Amino acid sequence: MHQFQINPLAGNLDGSPFVFTNSALWMLIILALLWLFMLGGMKRQLVPGRWQAMVEGVTGFVESMLSMSVGPQGRKFVPWVFTIFMFILFANLLGLMPLALVGVHPFTVTSQFTITGVMAVMSFSIVLITGFWRHKLHFFSLFVPHGTPFLLKLLIVPIEFISFMVRPFSLAIRLFVAMIAGHILVEVFANFVVQGLNAGGAIGPAISAVSFVFIIGVMALEILVCAIQAYVFALLTSLYINDAVNLH
Amino acid sequence: MELLAAKVIGAGLAAIGVGAAAIGVGIVFGQFLNSAIRNPAAADGQQGRLFIGFAAAELLGLMAFVVAMIILYAV
Repeated sequence: MHQFQINPLAGNLDGSPFVFTNSALWMLIILALLWLFMLGGMKRQLVPGRWQAMVEGVTGFVESMLSMSVGPQGRKFVPWVFTIFMFILFANLLGLMPLALVGVHPFTVTSQFTITGVMAVMSFSIVLITGFWRHKLHFFSLFVPHGTPFLLKLLIVPIEFISFMVRPFSLAIRLFVAMIAGHILVEVFANFVVQGLNAGGAIGPAISAVSFVFIIGVMALEILVCAIQAYVFALLTSLYINDAVNLH
Repeated sequence: MELLAAKVIGAGLAAIGVGAAAIGVGIVFGQFLNSAIRNPAAADGQQGRLFIGFAAAELLGLMAFVVAMIILYAV
């Protein structure tokens, strides 16, 4: 559990609210890596080199996701969706890097509910602002399905409203718990490795070896889950934007 | 029964929900694979919906995990 602790790197947390923490450091590292990634693709060669092809590939992927979900008006939202997709992807993957071999302890930025919560609240605010800007009060027709009998409407509207308001919470908690659960799972198996080696005897090292093989398997699964969670966050954001822009 | 024992038992019971969510996720992917084998050309177009379904099923499993954590550490 020590891996999720936020440590101040300069000053202490009780002193002032503006302390440079390890979470802030890793967010700066993500910013630097993202900037480098995009810089490599900005050369604007007519026949793209490999790096530019990668950047164009990711941008095209996010753009196709938005045009599939929202339609032609989705292009306005590509910057936001691209930002959260790349930030969450880099944050998740950086937390898995085996940097402990050189003495650096990686910190998964998205394993803090505050950070995923802020991103979910921003996505939800974009949905609300877009909806109310375009449709004014007609936005509330999102909760009333067309052509239902009146008695059923009385039942459905509160349910639809609640499921709409749960959306930012679900976005935040899905990413946060996926990251925390994955890291805790790896930590549990690592604990078994150490305890097996300490126990000695005949069975201790055998359990260590088996746990180590499990760690390799779980790490592979974790890489997949990191990519999937980033994709799911971006995809669900595009779908919620579609609800705001097109009202079903 | 003392509080710590009750908490631990409660957390263990809440973790049963995680297993139920595993069945849900398996159903989502299983149905996708089932129909993808029948119609491979149309499978790639529906991949987005596959991941939406996976996210919804996995979310409820993660909710069960959150309940277990709340019982263990926040009650």
